[in-house]
Amino acid sequence: MGVNLTVDALRDLAEGAAVLGTGGGGDPYIGRLLVERQLREGRRVTIISVDELPDDALVLPSAMMGAPTVFVERPPSGRGNVAALRALEKHLGRTAAATMPIECGGLNSMMPLLLGAQLGLPVIDADGMGRAFPELQMETFAVYGVPGSPMSIASDHGDVAIIDALDNVRMERLARVMTVEMGGAAYICDYPMDAATVRRTAVPGTLSLGMRIGAALRTARERHDDPFDALTAALAGTIYSHGLILFRGKVVDVDRKTVAGFARGQVTLAALDDPADQLQITFQNEHLVARRNGELVAIVPDLICTLNADTGAPVTTEALAFGQRLTVYAISTPEIMRSPAALDCFGPAAFGLSDPYTPVERLASGARAGASER
Amino acid sequence: MRVGIDVGGTHTDAVLMAETTVLAEVKTATTLDVTSGVVSALERLLASSGVGRGHIAAVMIGTTHFTNALVTGRRLARTAVVRLALPATAALPPMVDWPDRLLKAIDPRVHLCDGGHEFDGRPISPLNPDQLKRVAAELSVHEIDTVAISSVFSPVNSELEERAAGILLAELPHLRVSLSHQIGRVGLLERENATVVNACLRDLADEIVDAFTEALRAVGIHAPLYLSQNDGTLMDAEHTRRYPVRTFASGPTNSMRGAAFLAELGDCAVVDIGGTTTDVGVLSGGYPRQATGEVDIGGVRTNFRMPDVLSIGLGGGSRVTGGPTPEIGPDSVGYELTRQALVFGGRVLTATDLAVAAGMADIGDASLVRHLGREFVRDGVAWMAGRVSELVDRMRVSARPLPVVVVGGGSVLMPERLPGVPAVHRPEHHAVANAIGAATGQIGGDVDRLFAITAARTREDVLDQARAEAVERAVSAGADPGTVEVVDVDEVHVAYLPGNAVRVRVKAVGELRLGSATNEEVRA
Repeated sequence: MGVNLTVDALRDLAEGAAVLGTGGGGDPYIGRLLVERQLREGRRVTIISVDELPDDALVLPSAMMGAPTVFVERPPSGRGNVAALRALEKHLGRTAAATMPIECGGLNSMMPLLLGAQLGLPVIDADGMGRAFPELQMETFAVYGVPGSPMSIASDHGDVAIIDALDNVRMERLARVMTVEMGGAAYICDYPMDAATVRRTAVPGTLSLGMRIGAALRTARERHDDPFDALTAALAGTIYSHGLILFRGKVVDVDRKTVAGFARGQVTLAALDDPADQLQITFQNEHLVARRNGELVAIVPDLICTLNADTGAPVTTEALAFGQRLTVYAISTPEIMRSPAALDCFGPAAFGLSDPYTPVERLASGARAGASER
Repeated sequence: MRVGIDVGGTHTDAVLMAETTVLAEVKTATTLDVTSGVVSALERLLASSGVGRGHIAAVMIGTTHFTNALVTGRRLARTAVVRLALPATAALPPMVDWPDRLLKAIDPRVHLCDGGHEFDGRPISPLNPDQLKRVAAELSVHEIDTVAISSVFSPVNSELEERAAGILLAELPHLRVSLSHQIGRVGLLERENATVVNACLRDLADEIVDAFTEALRAVGIHAPLYLSQNDGTLMDAEHTRRYPVRTFASGPTNSMRGAAFLAELGDCAVVDIGGTTTDVGVLSGGYPRQATGEVDIGGVRTNFRMPDVLSIGLGGGSRVTGGPTPEIGPDSVGYELTRQALVFGGRVLTATDLAVAAGMADIGDASLVRHLGREFVRDGVAWMAGRVSELVDRMRVSARPLPVVVVGGGSVLMPERLPGVPAVHRPEHHAVANAIGAATGQIGGDVDRLFAITAARTREDVLDQARAEAVERAVSAGADPGTVEVVDVDEVHVAYLPGNAVRVRVKAVGELRLGSATNEEVRA
């Protein structure tokens, strides 16, 4: 039952998760080192399909909450994440059969693997965001009626608290305040649910998708193939079926500001052969919307990825700099993330954008139709 | 007058400068024994200029010794790491991401101890003196006499690293201690890595500084000795003994700063073309732009200050193949250019041969490349210019076009004009640009840490405090207070922390204070 994670697959996943981080989510690097150390010391990470669990098995999703900047300066003790899981188990009076990511993009793709290795707990190949999002209520679990509460939150020392909030937004706010008091980075388990509910509400197969993306980029580099062709091929046949190049160009402007704890800003790229042809991306930790010469080409929750034009390596919003040559690559989100309820939770309006959601593949075919009319 | 020396892998270059004028330049072979190569460079320099020893006010040296030691894994001291953090960070001990090759060479002892701070300055756990005394006992047993100490958030509060050093030194007075807050910035693993690199180079640093000092003494120069740091500023001999890691990558920095100095440009791109590679960097306000994020050296991930340089495999010795379209590099005949290139009667078609055939250079025997197809030569020359222009374009920091300064032995490969570049400069003395960069180094001071903005302490207060600290650090490092100015201020707000934490980086630089002590030493 399940598959044992190898160091090579872990490395692929770390890169694929950074792609799925869509500019944010925190660098998986330290998370990868944490898990790699567990594997080297002989512990195992078993990745399972949710179908391998009985309907009533308890699943406790796990994550790091807080500032990636704090996390890179104060890597974990390995106590906080265990304490959070044990506390929620105790509160519920039940034992977890598995953990899983709430967020497959960025650093939080790695945290359940660490917990799984430490406790010998299987990790389900699925998550609740299908990418990276900034807040705890932005989960498919929440969209399809699972309350985030009761949740547990633990400091790196092992202090724990249970938050049983009236709704998921209030839970996010309470947890955020507690995270600061816990030193700016804390460890959580939230959205406790049974395996049947995971099957109904999670985005399936996102850990293997991350590995597939990472492996495709690595293999393309080894063989000197085009990394974007490899990426498109890797996505074909998955629930993220449409992968397409939105733009190839050079960063001509980066404008950043921090508003209420979020890194907000805009990056502008110009085409290499025509400086007047420009793509602008607005981000809030993650990339939210891309417009080419004023026209919408991709919008949240579809994934907008900024990738190094030569290697396909993901470039985070923090690392964006003038002169970089990037390929902006869009990935369609699966249907489970596109329902009206899902769009209410993490669609354009949830980020204060007035544009309605239009699937990226439809925007692309519209542009092609428009181009052929001309 | 100042002497600038660049000790490279193959050549040792030296220049003598009076204010901004180059009085003499020499190029000698680097010797295995450090002292004699520097002695012969200095003696030839003094002889060719006719300047008396007593007129030399300072000697500045840039060296690749320390970088080479790490890259080759040779002459590194056995080192201990003490991290103050428990219970935090236990899941990720020091040096977990180091290559086996270096772990074998350094054979480290790793100690995780209590200590550390949170981002807002609260302690993680109090320092435990008994624990540190036990560490000292172990170091003594294993005969380790250099140690790296790191503490979580020490860039915000350095107190615990200093106290731990005090405790270890009380037990082991001979111990050499490297403290992470003096080496790197926020990002524990990377800062710790750089500190370990520094610690394992301390023995070698003593050896090298002694050798340079001995060379000056042997030639009869009594002026103070300075070494180039990777940000283009200088440190004195005593600082070099304590912070050898700061010399890393000083070579490209010196060459870029020297080129800009010769061309009299503060904002420009510098293209340094050697026999095998071309390095492109950008200067703003006379200083190289620093790389953002992590820098990998010899397989070790670090975050210390490094110039942002792009390199490609194009140089005077690059092999040219293909047809009808030429393919140039990255393979190169390197130092064998003068035997293998066509213009020297060899059998390998090189980039230099194309330049000679195109009439851009007068090297060797031009008749030996007359047979090359005109279009082939033209395409090859255009391709090289195009590649270099593209690199320059990638390095630009703003939309404004940058002038380009071309230096190095391979600079003949570049035409008079480059596409998209307003002006191409090829200054006199460009072959010793790196030694000139060393001679013209200034003194700097840096601040890089997290500040909390509160009602009582506004953003302006925080920036003022950071600026004042940077100026103070420059002055205490030897800058003339009247010349110190803040050259760079950067603030990054930390995402996901509503407490208004801001990370501020400030850099101040000033002219080296050449004190009256020098004249007294000369008289003596």
